[in-house]
Amino acid sequence: MYNLLIGGAAGQGVDTTAAILEKSFKASGYNVFSVKDFMSRVRGGHNFSLIRFGTTEIVSHSTIIDGIIALDDDTVRLHKDRLKASGFILCDIKLQTTDKRAIKINMTQMAKEIGNPRVAGSILVGAILKLFDESLAHIEKVLKTSVKINYLPMNNAAVKAGYNAVKKHFSHINGNYAGHMLISGTEAVAMGAVAAGLKFYSAYPMSPSTGIMEALAAKSNKAEIVVEQAEDEIAAVNMAIGASYAGACSMTGTSGGGFSLMVEALGLSGIAEIPLVVIDVQRPGPATGLPTRTEQSDLLFVKSASQGEFPRMVIALRNAQDAFYQTMRAFDIAERYQMPVILLSDQYLGDALSTVELFDPQRIKPAKPLFSYTGKNEYLRYAYTKSGISPRLIPGKSDQVVIIDSDEHDEQGHITESAEVRTQMVNKRMKKLTGLYHELIEPDFIGNNDFSILLLGWGSIWGPLKEAVDLLNQNTSKKYAALIFGDIYPLPTKLLKEKANQADSIINVEQNATGQLAKLIREETSITIDNSILKYDGRQLSGEEIARQIMGRDVL
Amino acid sequence: MNNKFCTYETAWCPGCGNFAIIDCLKTALTELGKKPSEVLVAAGIGQAAKTPQYINANAFCGLHGRSLPAAAAAKIANEDLTVIVNTGDGDSYGEGGNHFLHNIRRNIDITHFVHDNQIYGLTKGQASPTSMLGIVTGVQVDGNFNEPLNPVLLAIAAGAGFVARTFSGRKEHLTKIMKAAINYKGYALVDILQPCVSFNKINTFGWYNKRVYELPSDYDSSNKTTAITTAMEFGDKIPIGILYNKEKPVYHRKNRVLSDGIPLLDKPTSQSVVQELLQNYI
Ligand SMILES: Cc1ncc(C[n+]2csc(CCOP(=O)(O)OP(=O)(O)O)c2C)c(N)n1
Ligand code: SF4
Ligand SMILES: [Mg+2]
Repeated sequence: MYNLLIGGAAGQGVDTTAAILEKSFKASGYNVFSVKDFMSRVRGGHNFSLIRFGTTEIVSHSTIIDGIIALDDDTVRLHKDRLKASGFILCDIKLQTTDKRAIKINMTQMAKEIGNPRVAGSILVGAILKLFDESLAHIEKVLKTSVKINYLPMNNAAVKAGYNAVKKHFSHINGNYAGHMLISGTEAVAMGAVAAGLKFYSAYPMSPSTGIMEALAAKSNKAEIVVEQAEDEIAAVNMAIGASYAGACSMTGTSGGGFSLMVEALGLSGIAEIPLVVIDVQRPGPATGLPTRTEQSDLLFVKSASQGEFPRMVIALRNAQDAFYQTMRAFDIAERYQMPVILLSDQYLGDALSTVELFDPQRIKPAKPLFSYTGKNEYLRYAYTKSGISPRLIPGKSDQVVIIDSDEHDEQGHITESAEVRTQMVNKRMKKLTGLYHELIEPDFIGNNDFSILLLGWGSIWGPLKEAVDLLNQNTSKKYAALIFGDIYPLPTKLLKEKANQADSIINVEQNATGQLAKLIREETSITIDNSILKYDGRQLSGEEIARQIMGRDVL
Repeated sequence: MNNKFCTYETAWCPGCGNFAIIDCLKTALTELGKKPSEVLVAAGIGQAAKTPQYINANAFCGLHGRSLPAAAAAKIANEDLTVIVNTGDGDSYGEGGNHFLHNIRRNIDITHFVHDNQIYGLTKGQASPTSMLGIVTGVQVDGNFNEPLNPVLLAIAAGAGFVARTFSGRKEHLTKIMKAAINYKGYALVDILQPCVSFNKINTFGWYNKRVYELPSDYDSSNKTTAITTAMEFGDKIPIGILYNKEKPVYHRKNRVLSDGIPLLDKPTSQSVVQELLQNYI
């Protein structure tokens, strides 16, 4: 397995170069996993991408590096300590570094010969392919996806020039992943929504959620989806609810700040029983926090946001597969239970690219509302039923009228202050949870069945935690396992209780300062957790880092 | 199914201007040949916003200030629905002020009837964005000193294609304007002067009745400069009628996905498109 870092200032092309390399490595058969560490600025500063690739499944980033592409001196200064002795630093001769591992090429001169200074990125791509012993068999196809047609010949020439400028450093290994997808959490959410039949997405730009809106917009004409940039998040969520009421499968997305503005409307979805899917792509808060970085600190907020009491579901996305399938499932649950379903993602998961098997959209068939009415009596939007779920008719598609209300209402949908009706309606809505409990998905269990130490996590910590458990089981004498929650509210407790019983010690691992999962577990089960590993500097824990914190030393 | 817009018992005060407005709304819809099941009446929260409760039609009673985004999106979802927003001045211009501005820009084919009683009725009489200078309320104890908003002027300036003002005390005029607004292709704003007998003791029926005058028959409603000057008149004399009326491209024809006229909810995503999109990631 290799780990490559590309670093430079914003505007220097870190992202584009990384994207071409990721696709090239995957095309040659590697399993690729990459993450971004970008600052909240358009020019300057320091940004980097970490591309990890190998021939087995990779689920987490690593900070132990085999190669650095340094677009500026800062990159060398900031990352050379994590570069292995066997590694290299690829850079232009202009860079000042005197590191023995540096491989300097005259990029300015080479670009000049090709006739355009902007091909520098492609020169680096070529050089990297050679350093990693790759052929040039796939590069033309990959370039076509990221370079404008007029510039193709020039970039091809640049790749060749770079390729010929260096010598092989590492050996190529054959992998079987060329036919897999290479997809980010953000794109996987967008594809999950499209596959579920999304017709309307309204949002207001906010990092790190904007990518979902852009991904959907890019597909909107083909998939016939209206993507509306709302004037604010209050409009975004109320639009999603309005469109959903009228029969279009709808969604909105934001980060914590925007979610804060959407709070009142969650309750509207709850009391009016209108399906709503909201994704909160978390970033460190409070207020503006760290806009382009990662955190898992909105769990306790979203699970109880909005006044009053109403049923809701919160699903934390753990990886790209979850991002696709759980997004599809969120639409199904929102429609069947007629309530808000909140998806929790974060910057780490959203931006991380991973290599996954082609998604199967047939695996989940989201429910649809009624487009026609066959009842004999007048349609009652909030008819009392055993399950608490009243058949949801779409307005304008039959001769019936559909009345919804944010006030407490009777079966018809009309405002009421009757104490009796109020009680019945609250019971009706809360009863829906009984059905939901039966279909909750228990957390993922990972590790050794004979464990004595149990790690707990939720959402995007899945990959790093999985890697940590493997590292610990392979390199230490104790036995470890982890439970990682996807469905998180209502909290599935069966497996948790069982495994907690077996554990000598339980440690929660979370990207927040207060241990929100531990609090939720205690509230729901009275299980107390002995130890925590918490990180809230905006940077994602890696598997190695988790293992190191548990052992108090490096495990590798 | 009942094909009439019906009459219901209301929670409004006797003498309230809302009665005339809902009567005229039912008349307008009936005269336009609309069926209850094809009409959506949306509202926020307030006295005016109870309108959908008292009419037999599809109803969306949402959140205070948020009726426009919900109604606009319902229209995006199904353009076969006739979408009408009936709600208050506080709901429309205060809490929902941002949505007011931006739905003018969208120009979705919906009709916005603002029951403008220049007061917050439901919350028992605080100043609204259109309350006159000097009005004393439980909150504005020394009299309101914030200048009132002129919603029709604002709407014209912001680019709305149909802007009208009328008065609940002139039912024939009100019905006529309502019908024109519903027929207008695009976002239509009608600011309806509406006495609140309980909390606005200044802008009473008599106060409005003395001041309103109908725009002359030769008034050129397509001229924006004239419209702006006329919209500014609000004092001893208040012009009522269609202040501005100009055809503009509507959202559904500007948006590529909707431009073929097939309602969005009748466009299921095909499995082959999903497959094709997924293949792009390989
Ligand atoms: C978020 C929120 N804030 C405040 C209220 C309380 N509230 C309800 S109606 C209203 C004002 C109503 O004024 P207007 O829109 O002019 O309607 P009217 O009652 O005068 O017809 C207020 C402040 C609320 N329901 N929701
Ligand atoms: S308080 Fe005013 S607006 Fe409300 S019903 Fe009474 S008169 Fe009408
Ligand atoms: Mg009012």
